[in-house]
Amino acid sequence: MNEYTYPILFGVVVGTIARLMMLRTDYRQYPTYLHGKVIHLALGFIAAGLGSVAVPAIMEKEFTAVTFLTIAASQFREVRNMERNTLAELDSFELVPRGNGYIEGIAIAFEGRNYLVIFTSLVASLCYLAWNIWIAILATIGCYLLIRKFMSGSTMKDLVDIDFKQPHFDGAGLYVDNIYIMNIGLPDRQKEILKYGMGFILTPKNFNVRSTIANLGQRQAILHDVSVSMGVFRDSGTPALVPLIKRDLDDGRIGVLILPQDKDIEKAKRVIGSVPVLENAIRMPSESKANKKKGAN
Amino acid sequence: MNIEKAVLSVITINKEKISGGAPIFICKTKEEMDNVAANLEAILDGISHALSDELYIIVKH
Repeated sequence: MNEYTYPILFGVVVGTIARLMMLRTDYRQYPTYLHGKVIHLALGFIAAGLGSVAVPAIMEKEFTAVTFLTIAASQFREVRNMERNTLAELDSFELVPRGNGYIEGIAIAFEGRNYLVIFTSLVASLCYLAWNIWIAILATIGCYLLIRKFMSGSTMKDLVDIDFKQPHFDGAGLYVDNIYIMNIGLPDRQKEILKYGMGFILTPKNFNVRSTIANLGQRQAILHDVSVSMGVFRDSGTPALVPLIKRDLDDGRIGVLILPQDKDIEKAKRVIGSVPVLENAIRMPSESKANKKKGAN
Repeated sequence: MNIEKAVLSVITINKEKISGGAPIFICKTKEEMDNVAANLEAILDGISHALSDELYIIVKH
């Protein structure tokens, strides 16, 4: 026991709690219960330990100890690779795959969250050592609030207006509103799609959104989330019954065709609305210098 | 073997419209053609697309 024991212990505990807060198993069912969670809690604990020993190390003039953090960084990059590989491996067994865009987004979140844990532990142990435990508790609460803000990205309903449109056929061509989806030849398949299919038109609220929802990864994420939440009328060996999203080239709207087992329009709208916007799909053409200049003239 | 984006077979009731390439199935009636196409779709794991009322192709996507 020395003067650093309690600050380090405090840092480790609040760091681990931070990881626990960020680890939620929701409708995506990832990470899986227990085993998947244990992996991430253990890594969170390690991250918290690294974060909280950094400050005492500096105080003891052990400056080289900070290089530990670089090892931590490469360790967590490894976590990201691990997540990516696992999910990509599992993706081939999904009836409606997540798609690489979604997988990359999840992997990035896992890496990023470990850094947030290091940051929380570092701030907590620093405040404890520099002032006292009360200031440290206040700083921790501040960090938790910050984490919550980082965690919740925007969702589709912030970007688009969602309208229901019954899919229809024009000859063999399947349409949602005026957006061509695919060619279905067999009359039986056509009947099934008319019976089970639901169409939605997602209209972008501004110009930036157009390229975001055009991203193939983002579109696949919508299809995957809807299929998870509403069920999907499909099996292996029925490639014609596949949920699809196509784009209207004229105005950037996208037409979503889904084949849910639960045909509840309001629920489907809510599910589409709460699909997370993938970080790597976000584009901001309005932020570019070329566009800004045009606006100023 | 994994084939992507290929016409796996052609089903028609109008013999004059087709020749060569993929396996061709010539049927007598529209009903027979629908039936053959439905079976082939399941067997080949492809999608039947209608190019006209007389001509279906099975495509692997």
